[in-house]
Amino acid sequence: MEGFLPWQWCILWYAISLPVIIYGIIRIMKVADELPESKPLLAVSGAFIFILSSLKMPSVTGSCSHPTGNGLGAILFGPWITTVMAAIVLIFQALLLAHGGLTTLGANTFSMGIIGPIFAWLTYKGSIKLNLPISIAVFLAAFLGDIMTYVTTSFQLALAFPTPNLIAAASKFMLIFAYTQVPLGVAEGLLTIVVFENILKLKPDITEKLNLLIRKPTSTR
Amino acid sequence: MEKRHIVMLIVVAFICIIPLLIYNGLGEEQGYFGGADDKASQLIEETGYKPWFEPLWEPPSGEIESLFFAVQAAIGALIIGYVFGYYKGQQKTS
Repeated sequence: MEGFLPWQWCILWYAISLPVIIYGIIRIMKVADELPESKPLLAVSGAFIFILSSLKMPSVTGSCSHPTGNGLGAILFGPWITTVMAAIVLIFQALLLAHGGLTTLGANTFSMGIIGPIFAWLTYKGSIKLNLPISIAVFLAAFLGDIMTYVTTSFQLALAFPTPNLIAAASKFMLIFAYTQVPLGVAEGLLTIVVFENILKLKPDITEKLNLLIRKPTSTR
Repeated sequence: MEKRHIVMLIVVAFICIIPLLIYNGLGEEQGYFGGADDKASQLIEETGYKPWFEPLWEPPSGEIESLFFAVQAAIGALIIGYVFGYYKGQQKTS
């Protein structure tokens, strides 16, 4: 949606997102340095966002939209590293696909790379603390990461175009974005479970090193 | 692959198929299967707002656009397939 945010808002969202991207890059270098065996998983998390955000899926509302893929990275590496991955995908889509946009890059990074991943990360940690099964925790995290991305987009647009008022505008944009996103969020949750559980199966040792709070089977059952 | 994962993938396929069945026969002319972001853009333009910036470059046709979307998905799939295959191979030799 290139050019669809007034320039003042573009600058504001850039001002919030840029420091987070820089902090995320520092975190990535730190993780890659301290835990070199996590590098392939950094690549997988970024690649997952690449795939999911390229899949424009039809929804029961009759519109098409695409999932975000930000849940996997947020669960494995936390929200700040995921911010960088989301920004890379958003730049790819803005330059080559005229999708998203450069002026709106800050705003889109804020919704897809910051708020979505923060919700996904907190949901995962909270669900594990509540002793929910891992697959449920991953599903909820990925689902909310997706939904909250588009809820944030709706509010960002409502803030820029509060006609007749903020709440009415937000619910109008929510009707377009967030409802369309519900079945897509379910699909995203399921796909994230499949990828995440296969990582656990192939690399069980990495979960401890990344501090994923997964207790050993002997202590839970 | 575990059976429950295969079931999950089938559910994902159905999530995509169901809207295609519900709105079968309808197309973009009737306002279906367009992008949610296009709908939002329309809503904003109805308020009289004019976008102040154009994309630097736009795919010249739907074909080229789908090419880049496919490239994007292929890059992602290549990386995930490579890493998973690498892990699997490691597991077997250790």
